[in-house]
Amino acid sequence: MKGSKKRSVLPGFRLSLGFTLFYLSLLVLIPLAGIFIKSFELSWAEFWSAVTNPRVLASYRISFSTALWAGLINAVFGLLIAWVLVRYRFPGKKIIDSLIDIPFALPTAVAGIALTTIYSKTGWIGSLLEPLGIKIAYTQAGITIALIFIGLPFVVRTVQPVLQDLESETEDAAATLGSYRFRTFRKVILPGIMPALLTGFALAFARGIGEYGSVVFISGNMPMRTEIAPLLIMTKLEQYDYAGATAIAAVMLIVSFILLLVINLLQWRMQRRAEANV
Amino acid sequence: MKRRMVRLHALILFVVLAVTITACGGNGNANNGKSGNNGAAPAATNSETTAEASPDAKEELPPVKLLNVSYDPTRELYEEFNQAFAAYWLKEKNQKVEIDQSHGGSGKQARAVIDGLKADVVTLALGYDVDALREKDLLDENWQQQFERNSSPYTSTIVFLVRKGNPKGIQDWNDLLKDGVEVITPNPKTSGGARWNYLAAWGYALKHNNNDEEAAKQFVKELFQHVPVLDTGARGSTTTFTERGIGDVLLAWENEAYLSINELGPDKFDIVYPSISILAEPPVAVVDKVVDERGTREVAEAYLQYLYTEEGQRIAGKNYYRPTNEAIAEEFKDQFPALELLTIDQDFGGWNEAQTKHFADGGIFDQIYTPGS
Amino acid sequence: MAGAITVFGSKEEIKRPKHNTEHPVVQGLLIGAALLFIGLVIVLPLVTVFAEAFKKGAAVYFEALSEPDALSALKLTLIVAVIAVPLNTIFGVAAAWVISKFKFRGKNLLITLIDLPFAVSPVIAGLIYMLMFGAQGFLGPWLDEQGIQIMFAIPGIVLATVFVTVPFVARELIPLMQAQGVQEEEAAASLGAKGWSIFWRVTLPNIKWGLLYGVILSNARAMGEFGAVSVVSGHIRGQTNTLPLHVEILYNEYQFSASFAVASLLVMLAVLTLIVKAIVEWKSSAH
Repeated sequence: MKGSKKRSVLPGFRLSLGFTLFYLSLLVLIPLAGIFIKSFELSWAEFWSAVTNPRVLASYRISFSTALWAGLINAVFGLLIAWVLVRYRFPGKKIIDSLIDIPFALPTAVAGIALTTIYSKTGWIGSLLEPLGIKIAYTQAGITIALIFIGLPFVVRTVQPVLQDLESETEDAAATLGSYRFRTFRKVILPGIMPALLTGFALAFARGIGEYGSVVFISGNMPMRTEIAPLLIMTKLEQYDYAGATAIAAVMLIVSFILLLVINLLQWRMQRRAEANV
Repeated sequence: MKRRMVRLHALILFVVLAVTITACGGNGNANNGKSGNNGAAPAATNSETTAEASPDAKEELPPVKLLNVSYDPTRELYEEFNQAFAAYWLKEKNQKVEIDQSHGGSGKQARAVIDGLKADVVTLALGYDVDALREKDLLDENWQQQFERNSSPYTSTIVFLVRKGNPKGIQDWNDLLKDGVEVITPNPKTSGGARWNYLAAWGYALKHNNNDEEAAKQFVKELFQHVPVLDTGARGSTTTFTERGIGDVLLAWENEAYLSINELGPDKFDIVYPSISILAEPPVAVVDKVVDERGTREVAEAYLQYLYTEEGQRIAGKNYYRPTNEAIAEEFKDQFPALELLTIDQDFGGWNEAQTKHFADGGIFDQIYTPGS
Repeated sequence: MAGAITVFGSKEEIKRPKHNTEHPVVQGLLIGAALLFIGLVIVLPLVTVFAEAFKKGAAVYFEALSEPDALSALKLTLIVAVIAVPLNTIFGVAAAWVISKFKFRGKNLLITLIDLPFAVSPVIAGLIYMLMFGAQGFLGPWLDEQGIQIMFAIPGIVLATVFVTVPFVARELIPLMQAQGVQEEEAAASLGAKGWSIFWRVTLPNIKWGLLYGVILSNARAMGEFGAVSVVSGHIRGQTNTLPLHVEILYNEYQFSASFAVASLLVMLAVLTLIVKAIVEWKSSAH
């Protein structure tokens, strides 16, 4: 490739790149392009009114805000869990470590049904909170909880290896220089793991925006209050409004893509800076 | 040399991928072909045998498969009915018939058929959804005349399911607006049943306000302010009400209300009949395009026709659908109290009008939830 | 680039010097907080699934699992995984190879594109194939003439599953192979080794545990996918219902215990996956 400074001696560049692009195009890109082609069936004015209808705007707001909250909570607790798993010894650690992957593997509908069972007012936790006047199921808090479940492994699994590789010498140095433990954490450890934490957060966030299966059970689906954007896509589809459905889908796609691209670039820059510092 | 190697490898990989993909395609193709044969063969033989051979000479015909795409609450009904029909068809034609079922929200199911789900027959919640199929030329313009009684072999209505002893004293639609009453209904945008719920409420409000539409609008608006959870389908709402313990009253299909009492505990719920409700006519139709393609027209039509026979009607009644056959309806009259029922054609000008006015984007239902309108 | 999900080989921990770790009380508090969170978020839903599944006794439980519809759903789920996972494995290895071993423009964009299915709503994933292959879609009428059924049949379910699991193997391997660099392969090349033999003899042994973990994760996800598959399946009992869809159907039939019983089967598949993963890690650390 022209961009590379020196030609690699390794074989298979064209083959692997060609195959990668072929496969991605065939299964991901061309089908995704269909969304945009279909939404072109609408005039610009129709498209605009489809994606800025108050109910649609409210659903974006709900999807984004609950995903943001879930992402933030996961960032904090994901970091904590990764920290505990990497740094400390305690019985049952291996099992705990394995449990982190469960949300990847559990069907989202099962997660949704189980969480609704727990948090509705007849459930184990819901029945404890109900007398206190706290409602979880069928509110945005319920959606957030479902998204926390879905997103947790993204954060933990991103931060864990980086935390593991973090050199303890730099910490040593900081400690010898008399830094307090928390200061060391803030000044030395946090910057080192920031790119990974950010990626984990972004993936959890992006996944949360689009999540459907687990959320529809616990959300209650009230327009303007707990109706998420993917549900609106489904609703439009069921009214045979394909173009309207793809319009909302197109907006969500663009947002996800930009989000991921920014995170990948940000990470790349942080990495470059880190390499430059060495 | 290296180039050639690369190209060779590329070729191999491409072939592997292509083979795998076509294998999937071929798989579906094979299935399709198989069922196509199943369907096509009996159709050809059927038309000949029925025309020429006497019914006594019952040679065994190759088995046939039907797909009935239906809406949510009919699972139990068709489970029983399918067996009855299969037994009848075997006796009549000496042909095994296997009926596959697919259930879901009425609109979702119709969409699946439009998108290519090969349904021989549809048995949906609303005429509107069958009309959507007609718009895509999947079935005949006059589908509603193909079978008796507007192609609705059984009817139902909307009733209230309340907690045992009716602690909130809910007797009629206006009681739903009382302070502190929580109403559970699915979302009319996604659920056929919910549209009947909504229209029944609308009809009640019109009647009690001298046909003043503004007052009716205000009534349904207030009604939906009492709704804490809007599930996507009728079954979701029933679960919310019965299992999650949310709400004081569930607006439900009559058959759903009976079924939840039977399945989930007669000691927990009561059924209340409001002063006025709506005559829900769930339609059935043969999907012409599919049956002609698969050659299953004869058995598909016989299948739906069988819903009108005494046995079919009795099965409907047993599953809490109101039979349309008067003799059978008489047998079940204790189960189904008479009440004033509005009809979609006379009181709402047909489904198309009702849909555009109430449920289309920007319609009255949307306005209920959109602030400032 | 730190990977999205990376093998966490449990290396023997080096005992940290005292000045470089937290006070035991603080440690205890942190561990407690982490465990509480995991308990609430992950363990509790799992326990619920099993508690509900056995609510009506073991008989109902096993009956639900041995019912023909459940078995055919299990069969379909396995078929789909067996097709989707190898496809994505080949893709993942190729993508990781090109990204980690070569420099080229647009690499960030390529990585982002590989990540995209993580961020695309499952509903959209189902919708895109409907727009392509559905009867009203771009290719639908042509496919119909050829008598090829993609939607509401196994191919459609496979496609939707492939889509949602595209990134898993690639994302697993990319950081791993990036960390390993290119020295070993270059050395092999300078000794005259050719393309595939470099891959089989040098690269593969280095990445095999990571690869296996990626395969395991994408398999778990493939068997559990609900949203995307729900759009393209058609929900025909005994034919196009995967296990997750069967769970929903039973739930909608008020067969709550049976529904959770089938769900618990999926949980057990997931747990089995995790056990294999633990063995993988143990082996790789021994390695």
